[in-house]
Amino acid sequence: MHAFESIQLFGSGMAQLAFPTEMSSSVLAPYLFVSAAMFCIGLIGFLTRKNMIIMFLCTELMFQAAGLALIAFGRQHLGSDGQTFVIFVLCVAAAEAAMALALVVLLFRHRESLSASAWKELNG
Amino acid sequence: MMTASLMNQLMASVAVLSPEGATGGTTGHGGAASSHLAGLVEHVGVGPKWVLLIVFLPLLGFVLNAVYAAIGNKSKLPAWTTIVLLAAAFIATLSMFLSYEGTPYTVYAFEWFNLSYGDKSFIANFSFYIDKLTILWMLFVTGLATLIALYASEYMSHDIGAGYCRFFSAFGLFVFSMSCLVMGDNMLMLYLGWEGVGLCSYLLIGYFYKKPSAVAAAKKAFIVNRIGDLGLALGIYLTFVHFGTVQYAELFNNETLHQYINAAAVGDFSAIPGEAQWIALLLMVGAFGKSAQFPLYVWLPDAMEGPTPVSALIHAATMVTAGVYLIARFYPLFLVSEHALPIVAWIGTITAFLAATIGMAQFDIKRIMAYSTVSQLGYMFAGLGLLSTTGAAFHVVTHAFFKALLFLACGAVMHGFAGQLDLRKLSGVAWMKGWGIVGVTMLIGCMNLAGLPYITSGFYSKDMILAEAFVTPGYQMIGWILVITAIMTAYYTFRVFFRVFLGEKHCEPGEDFHGDDKADFHPHAPGWAINTVLIVLATCSVLAISLAYIDKAENHGWVGSMIVDSTASYHSPYSESLAAAHGGGEPHAVAGPVGFAAPGKVLGMDPHGGMIVVSGLGAILGVLIAAYFHGPKGWQGLFLGGRTEAGKCRMDAVAARMGPIPRLAENKWYVDEFYAMVFVTPLRILAHVFHWIDKLLLDGLVNLFGFLPRVFAWIIRPSQSGVLQGYAVSMAGGLVILLFVVIVVVVRAGGGA
Repeated sequence: MHAFESIQLFGSGMAQLAFPTEMSSSVLAPYLFVSAAMFCIGLIGFLTRKNMIIMFLCTELMFQAAGLALIAFGRQHLGSDGQTFVIFVLCVAAAEAAMALALVVLLFRHRESLSASAWKELNG
Repeated sequence: MMTASLMNQLMASVAVLSPEGATGGTTGHGGAASSHLAGLVEHVGVGPKWVLLIVFLPLLGFVLNAVYAAIGNKSKLPAWTTIVLLAAAFIATLSMFLSYEGTPYTVYAFEWFNLSYGDKSFIANFSFYIDKLTILWMLFVTGLATLIALYASEYMSHDIGAGYCRFFSAFGLFVFSMSCLVMGDNMLMLYLGWEGVGLCSYLLIGYFYKKPSAVAAAKKAFIVNRIGDLGLALGIYLTFVHFGTVQYAELFNNETLHQYINAAAVGDFSAIPGEAQWIALLLMVGAFGKSAQFPLYVWLPDAMEGPTPVSALIHAATMVTAGVYLIARFYPLFLVSEHALPIVAWIGTITAFLAATIGMAQFDIKRIMAYSTVSQLGYMFAGLGLLSTTGAAFHVVTHAFFKALLFLACGAVMHGFAGQLDLRKLSGVAWMKGWGIVGVTMLIGCMNLAGLPYITSGFYSKDMILAEAFVTPGYQMIGWILVITAIMTAYYTFRVFFRVFLGEKHCEPGEDFHGDDKADFHPHAPGWAINTVLIVLATCSVLAISLAYIDKAENHGWVGSMIVDSTASYHSPYSESLAAAHGGGEPHAVAGPVGFAAPGKVLGMDPHGGMIVVSGLGAILGVLIAAYFHGPKGWQGLFLGGRTEAGKCRMDAVAARMGPIPRLAENKWYVDEFYAMVFVTPLRILAHVFHWIDKLLLDGLVNLFGFLPRVFAWIIRPSQSGVLQGYAVSMAGGLVILLFVVIVVVVRAGGGA
């Protein structure tokens, strides 16, 4: 028990030594503005464009917006969770990009078109 | 073991001298009628295992034939397998008969039911009870089955292949079931066999399953038999409830049963609980169904749709006598029922008469034989009801031979003339080339069925039943009805013979050509297998006369000597004493449900002597009537007949003058139509009512639960538009709403704080 506590104390001491101090919310705000802007651009693009590749790019944009916000918050709280999470998101996004592009290719082969409205008959 | 039967006789005589001491003080009513039964089943031994061969060899035949069918055999192998196995079973039965030592024994195969609850236990093993009644039945069952399998090997040869295998497979299964029925040592085995023979009957009646009438007949036989089987099942159930056992050895040794028998012997039926009396009535219903007695006889004539060997074996010689066996086996139970035996006697008589009237008006020779079977079974039941189990069993044996012979001869005609069975379209068959043997054997069969005096075995067995009817007080009426029926029997039997087998040669083929061309049709005479079987059966029918003379003085013939040492025998305490009083004359006296009787007289003569005159003359009279109305001109018609053409005879003019009666009789008195109106139609209407209840109410309820989600889905389906942006907008909209809600809640919470 003692040993564990001492390691924790040592760890926090090291963190205070290794990392700069917490960011204030005024420093945080620009990051969040950029993140929100990126997300809105992605969302609007996704809703308004019909080209499936563009729509896919827009989803990627929204992903990265979320990632940016995560890193910013992580930096504010001096934790490594945000960064770790973003690494995961990047991996998943890479895999998903491979799948999604393959799907888009297949869908294109079926309809000779990249328009999402070509698949309108998949309704209820 | 001859000492055992000697002991029985000694005990019987002791019983007369000192009634109280005979059954160990269990008798409360003075008589000791049950002492014979007690002495018989007191020491039931254990028999040799090879007896099991009789049962399991036919089952092996069933299995092998099924295998042949599976591997697509296309030869006569199934027939020969069946014949060899059945012959082996017959030889085993013969050695069982020869090695029988006077005491009944059981042979254990394996455990079947062994349940116990509380102080009660229900035991029914797969084991067999051998006494002389069993042996008597098994002798003719296996013997006839072997012969008829040989006959069928030729008769069914048009169907070689899967049908041939199927036929002999069911044939083997039938003999197995019949063996279980007859040899089983408990009522459950009997029931197993009973249902088994019913199944085989169904399978074989419906053998030509592409023919709608055959399918209908098979279903009819099965369903009508269900009614009887319900009675049998309830009877078995009640036996267990009342006596606590279904095993023969325990049941017939049951002290309560012995007390009942002694009470019944002195006519004191009030001492017997109603429950015990109902057993016999229920078993009787089962017997009526299987043996085609009056209310339930309608299936048997229709069963003629099956191949003729089946008609001969199942629907004439063996299966239909299962009812007679049932009553004979459980005779002690019937004795203790006040009404069962009189009902059996009367139903038998009514059936005999009714079926004979129908038989007289039919034109299909196989159906005539079917009605004569029903009629002769009526004789057997009358015999059972009148306490003449010997007469009934003797008639079963002789009838088995001559009726199988008659059917097989008719089958040879049917086979040779492409399915022609109408007696108006055939004539002079006996004179055609190669048909001599069929003609002669048919004549022997007809003489037996008609009961011509002294030269036929049918005469002796029928005489025994008739004589019994005349000596039982209050039952002379039955006697006279049966005598009239005997005259009618002789008439319709020889009607067939005179028309089909004698006279000008003439034939019109039937519809069943087996690939022959109708234009160049020529009858094909039976081959060696059919002829051999006919000759053997005719010989047996004639030789059966000797059975009447073996052991005649003691037991009314050989069959009597078989019956007397079985549960079917009935020893009244009065029979011995009266026999002694009459100076050792034939013990005729009976007491029990049908009343008391002393050796009576018929027309001032000894009953048997009198019956020889009455029934013998009656039979001859019937033949002469048939000769006059149907016989061909010249010596063949005994110089009485005047028929010159196949289709015309003197009877036509008579029938025309009798108004609607011949037509009514030809249509079986519209009994089938009556049943259809009274039972079938109401049930059909009820079935339709329930069908609609099922369809509307139950199906409606179930469908409603299926319909509701469908409505719900119909409402929300438009939300799935198929436009990807639509989904995205709703997602974004949802997010907005969610954010709005969160912000409002947070703001309000913050505001509250």
